[in-house]
Amino acid sequence: MTQLTFAPPPPNTEVTEKLRAEVRAFLDVELAHMTPRQRAQSWSGRDPAFSKKMAERGWLGMTWPKKYGGHERSALERYVVLEEMLAAGAPVGAHWIADRQSAPSILRFGTEEQKQFFVPKIARGELFFCIGMSEPDSGSDLAATRTRATAVEGGFKVNGTKVWTSGAHVAHYMILFCRTDAKSDDRHGGVSQFIVDMKTPGIKISPIVDLSHEHHFNEVVFEDMFLPTSALLGNQGDGWKQVTGELAYERSGPDRFLSTFTLLIEGFAMLGEGVDDRAKIALGRIIAHLMTLRRMSRSIAGMLQRGEDPAVHAAIVKELGTSLEQEMVEVLRLIVDAEPDSASSNPYVAVLAHTIMHAPSFSLRGGTREILRGMIARGLGLR
Amino acid sequence: MSETTDLIRDMAEKLFGDACEKPVLAAAENGEFQSALWQEITDAGLAGALLPESAGGSDLAIEDALAALRISASRAAPVPLAETMLAGWLAGSALAVPEGPLAIAPASNGPPLTLKKSSAGWRLEGKAKRVPFARNAAAILVLAESDGANMVARVDPKICTLTQGRNLAMEPRDDVTFDCDLDAGDVAPAGNNVNLETLRAFGAAMRANQIAGALSRALEITLQYANERVQFGKPIAKFQAIQHNLAMLAAHSAAANAAADMAAEAAANGMKLLPIAAAKARCGEAASIGAGIAHQTHGAIGFTREHMLHYITKRLWSWRDEFGKESDWSLVIGRAAAKAGPTRIWSDIVTA
Repeated sequence: MTQLTFAPPPPNTEVTEKLRAEVRAFLDVELAHMTPRQRAQSWSGRDPAFSKKMAERGWLGMTWPKKYGGHERSALERYVVLEEMLAAGAPVGAHWIADRQSAPSILRFGTEEQKQFFVPKIARGELFFCIGMSEPDSGSDLAATRTRATAVEGGFKVNGTKVWTSGAHVAHYMILFCRTDAKSDDRHGGVSQFIVDMKTPGIKISPIVDLSHEHHFNEVVFEDMFLPTSALLGNQGDGWKQVTGELAYERSGPDRFLSTFTLLIEGFAMLGEGVDDRAKIALGRIIAHLMTLRRMSRSIAGMLQRGEDPAVHAAIVKELGTSLEQEMVEVLRLIVDAEPDSASSNPYVAVLAHTIMHAPSFSLRGGTREILRGMIARGLGLR
Repeated sequence: MSETTDLIRDMAEKLFGDACEKPVLAAAENGEFQSALWQEITDAGLAGALLPESAGGSDLAIEDALAALRISASRAAPVPLAETMLAGWLAGSALAVPEGPLAIAPASNGPPLTLKKSSAGWRLEGKAKRVPFARNAAAILVLAESDGANMVARVDPKICTLTQGRNLAMEPRDDVTFDCDLDAGDVAPAGNNVNLETLRAFGAAMRANQIAGALSRALEITLQYANERVQFGKPIAKFQAIQHNLAMLAAHSAAANAAADMAAEAAANGMKLLPIAAAKARCGEAASIGAGIAHQTHGAIGFTREHMLHYITKRLWSWRDEFGKESDWSLVIGRAAAKAGPTRIWSDIVTA
């Protein structure tokens, strides 16, 4: 029978719950100054000083080898820290990508020198990463990438353009996905990954302002940028295989259903004690979904711990999770009597405005809804 | 997962896979109780799954019992396995139960059933709506109130007034009027943590598991059909629009199964209310979406009596409403959250 089942997640232990208490005590102090509107930024909110404090607590690089500055804790312990950060609206954006996927990729595919150079600095909250995947003519169709690294004496010369690169203007490094060899019959061949210092000559970063007038993503143009051979991550030509592994990390976490949690809290707060049964039903339903998604996502943490490949499971969690996040906006709109306004001093009204204007991105970033459904269909053996 | 769990699952897959062919399901829809199937279930120790060994039961772990129930539902087994398990839990070691299918009451909300001491023993009064398989039961296990205390009574349906009804899947759902005298030995105090709330919650956990099983099966037969049915020169499973629908069916089936696991754990862990409430609400929603996609993919053939699909989907449409529909359980969660206040929502999700 072709079924995609989620094994029971690893149980909470004394260790995880002690850790949870520590994280909550930390957040009570560190986030005391943040408004709901700031918390609603979720993992798009950046605060390098906060990232550093997390690193000091040992909450970056939690599962990585101690040898590279990691803490050799379990995937479930890492999960506890992530979900507590997200539920509280902590500004984890600065280190988020580096901790979630860049360092894990370097640990999997990097050379010994790369591991020793990058990973400890990421674990200390000193190096932040961005992801160079999308291009003007290569969005969901990642294999259509045109940015090209051409072999030259001592390394590669890179030309091309990346777009929608979140945090390129503040990141120290990018993991660049680009073509190194001519297209062959294998659509997925001939692509590679590089670790790129964002200060390398030949990089031009321009802001792309989003519809809410915020600057998160960028256009990144490479003009005859030279990369030494040592910048190559993994084997030349293995880029596709490497990047699909990376995407599973990007899709399975609590960031795919908790990024609008502040809206739920503020909605409840706005309704106050006068909340009627209709509203309770609507909000209770959302909590039921969150509880189920949390279980599924924790189950994936267990798969990661066991070294299993969670790509299709991750696609399910992201698709169901982001759909719920988008629906949450619509549910709250109909039960709370308020019109959205980003400038409002009413926390719910401001958070609602923020969330409405960011919701379209939930089912785009990290793989569109349509791509994810295709991946699930492949998991069912349909393609 | 323990070895016992694997053994029980394998046994249940075999038993229900072989025994629930279409003629059995069709005969059940025509109102014939499937005694041969029931005998197999009894012989396998599943009917007495939640009865203590001292009472002749097999005293399975609740998770294992619900795993077997989920498999029975994937085959649309037209018998009161969930209800007999629930009756075993109600009876516990306090009351002996007769062999044969059992029913429980109340199975839905309503004024409580009452027990009063009488000269002969006890007098039971009240009405219970839509009691599953009451007409077929060797006994109805009744949870009733007596001076504020929870009591369990063992009642022969022959001394009750039954008004026959059925759910969409043609499973018996009979209104039962109790107005009867019982012997002293037919009544006992309810066990620890057995009350109207936990009975309804356990029923909901059972229906959540049944929905999960039925959705898995709906996915299986829908995938098979989409791979076989050719239109426009290729199997319809090759069309992207169909693939995306099937992906969503698989996603909701996976979510329902995860939620059902959550309910089973909560039932085993002192009948914790919130995870069961969340599971029944989530499974009910998945049932609606999943049944819709299954039918849409099958086209007209899936809409016929001849086809297998309706035995599954009519159960999904029935079970989502039984022991509390999505809105009932969402309200339970929403009330708890409103009472705790917005700052507690997260910590309550984590500890639920």
